[in-house]
Amino acid sequence: MLTLKQLDEIREKTLTAANLDNNRKGTRIVVGMATCGLAAGAQPVYDLFQEAIDKKGLGGVTIAQSGCIGTCSLEPIVDVYVPGKEKITYIQVNPEKAQRIIDEHLAKNQVVSEFTKDLDFTGQERIALRNCGIINPEDINEYIALDGYKAIAKVLNEMTPAELINEIKKSGLRGRGGAGFPTGMKWQFASTSTGQKYVCCNADEGDPGAYMDRSVLEGDPHSVLEAMAIAGYAIGANQGYIYVRAEYPVAIKRLDIAIAQAREAGLLGKNILGTDFEFDIELRLGAGAFVCGEETALMTSIEGKRGEPRPRPPFPAIKGLFAKPTILNNVETWANIPPIILKGADWFAGIGTERSKGTKVFALVGKINNIGLIEVPMGTTMRTVIEKIGGGIANGKKFKAAQTGGPSGGCIPAEKIDTPIEYETLIELGSMMGSGGMIVMDEDNCIVDVARFFLEFTVDESCGKCPPCRIGTKRMLQLLEKICNNEGEESDIEVLENLAKTIKAGALCALGQTAPNPVLSTLRYFRHEYDAHIKEKKCPAGVCKAFMKYVIDKDKCTKCHICAKSCPTNAIIGNPKETHYIDPELCIKCGLCITKCPKKAIEKTNN
Amino acid sequence: MGTSVCNCKSEKFKQLELIIAEHKDQPGSLIPVMHEAQELFGYLPLEVQTVIAEGLDVPLADVYGVATFYSKFTLQAKGQYQINVCLGTACYVKGAQLIIEKVADMLKIKVGETSQDGLFSLDATRCIGACGLAPVMTVNEKVYGQLTVDKVEKIMKEYLDTVGRDKNANA
Repeated sequence: MLTLKQLDEIREKTLTAANLDNNRKGTRIVVGMATCGLAAGAQPVYDLFQEAIDKKGLGGVTIAQSGCIGTCSLEPIVDVYVPGKEKITYIQVNPEKAQRIIDEHLAKNQVVSEFTKDLDFTGQERIALRNCGIINPEDINEYIALDGYKAIAKVLNEMTPAELINEIKKSGLRGRGGAGFPTGMKWQFASTSTGQKYVCCNADEGDPGAYMDRSVLEGDPHSVLEAMAIAGYAIGANQGYIYVRAEYPVAIKRLDIAIAQAREAGLLGKNILGTDFEFDIELRLGAGAFVCGEETALMTSIEGKRGEPRPRPPFPAIKGLFAKPTILNNVETWANIPPIILKGADWFAGIGTERSKGTKVFALVGKINNIGLIEVPMGTTMRTVIEKIGGGIANGKKFKAAQTGGPSGGCIPAEKIDTPIEYETLIELGSMMGSGGMIVMDEDNCIVDVARFFLEFTVDESCGKCPPCRIGTKRMLQLLEKICNNEGEESDIEVLENLAKTIKAGALCALGQTAPNPVLSTLRYFRHEYDAHIKEKKCPAGVCKAFMKYVIDKDKCTKCHICAKSCPTNAIIGNPKETHYIDPELCIKCGLCITKCPKKAIEKTNN
Repeated sequence: MGTSVCNCKSEKFKQLELIIAEHKDQPGSLIPVMHEAQELFGYLPLEVQTVIAEGLDVPLADVYGVATFYSKFTLQAKGQYQINVCLGTACYVKGAQLIIEKVADMLKIKVGETSQDGLFSLDATRCIGACGLAPVMTVNEKVYGQLTVDKVEKIMKEYLDTVGRDKNANA
């Protein structure tokens, strides 16, 4: 079991041994090996470096796998830290590139500059992601080296639970999972009762297009464990549960390793750091149900039942998991706790805006140049995020809207791009912060189709317990499908709005109450697109198939017959060396012929 | 031949008993047991559900209720190659719908189905969090990113060649 003194010793020793120190003696290589990196082929790259270190005797060089640095589309990423020099980042590394880095950079100290890129983090501030992409998440010592488990040590030795809760309240930290409830208040509610209590971590990151929590779990799992133990001390709980999506195998593996290492080091279990504080954590796997991201449904699922929500009150802080007082925070919220303890509530409250403190992690995805994970101070404008950090819209297209808050959120239109990002401002715009997915859409995305997509998701994921959600969202989806199929009527909009109001007022849980948001927000800002579908019988973005037809431009066509061969329904009529045309009756509008035509002679147009 | 199938089956049921015994005293053990059972059998047929219900002393209706509530649990056997095309938002706005249609067309099965020869099953999956590589699909554990219709055609053709199935033949 570790004592405070031993924790310090590990810190000092690892800083030197792993070349983590700024005054490093040897070179440190870091290979990004989160899900994105692994999918892009980081494993063989890592193996090659490891082999070179083992065989060629590259003395003093250390190698570590790390989580995600955030620039997902540039993976696999390799960082090389040479003593006394700036960090060099290599992007899109494959084994051939890795071999040249070994032969030139490591052996002869010549940077292979054609593979490097200066990653620009201007405008970002890393609190929750502070260790991601830097430390090896499978080595507890590297976490300790960068002040890990120092916060729990400080809390156990210097603070009473009441002082701790006050500190969290003073920091102004609000839940990063969606609704933004003040974290300190939640802890306080749960601290007032006695007896068995639980601390839970919501790692059931279900919003499509969001992977902030996955990145934290894959890159810095110990920060979540430490924070949960701190909360255990605050409210008087000795057991924690992490509810993680089964779709995240890498995160699960690293959490398993982290929990085992923390137990072995005596940082979880009995007598933590030599005190009489006891806390342990168990991992529970989700099984693919979006509603389990809702707090009461999540707890029902941990209990081994169908993940159906239940009415609140009683709130989980009073009656939660196994009917005991429980606090539930999401991964990113937890990752903020240790720095708040170490640097103080005032430091944290000094970042962000009056109403929203600290930073927020976003998964910036969709039609944007710099796809990836970013962490920005609250109050940063959408314009900074999209134009500066995101590098603007891909392929020179026009920015249309950004979708935040997942299926519970809405679309923020281009004209609101100067809005500062805060919990309240996003709600005023008809969207919400959500867990941090930010999906950027350009002029080629049909807003009605996107609304339909989200409703389809909600209908599929509605647990079926309450009728407003079960029946209401289904009816809304049917109307949207009707509009997308060129069968819309003017009265449909009013019915949609009425249904939305009823569902918002009547649904049992947040999933249902927020399900109409994607429709309401798009109706608010993109009414003209709905009107175009219904009145003008057009899909302006050219997405909804029912409005489109495919035609062959006779002047461009060279009669090569390639299109006809690729057509899955034989809808393209004409023999080689004859003029070809498309039979609209047979055409299923799959678009395959457009991708095949060497002369770009086939066009998709509105009917 | 019949006996060998039977033996391997009963072997698996023995393992299932061990899994149940390991989790029995844990609060909320049903879902963890079902996860491991599905890992073992590949799916959760009624006889497996019955053993779990008896072993954990919960009504079979509860086991069935849980099995049908969560999309991860399946009552039908999946293909040897499980293909999941991500239809998360980031993938969707980048054309995942065309990708899944292409795969379905090549395999001659619908989304959610398993081919009759038991080789391929195709599902639309929720966001797997690899949005930086959108659109994405997985074949068993392998992730394919930045897909186009052409790229997915090549990938699927390789799998079809591997199993010696002519893509135009009806499965």
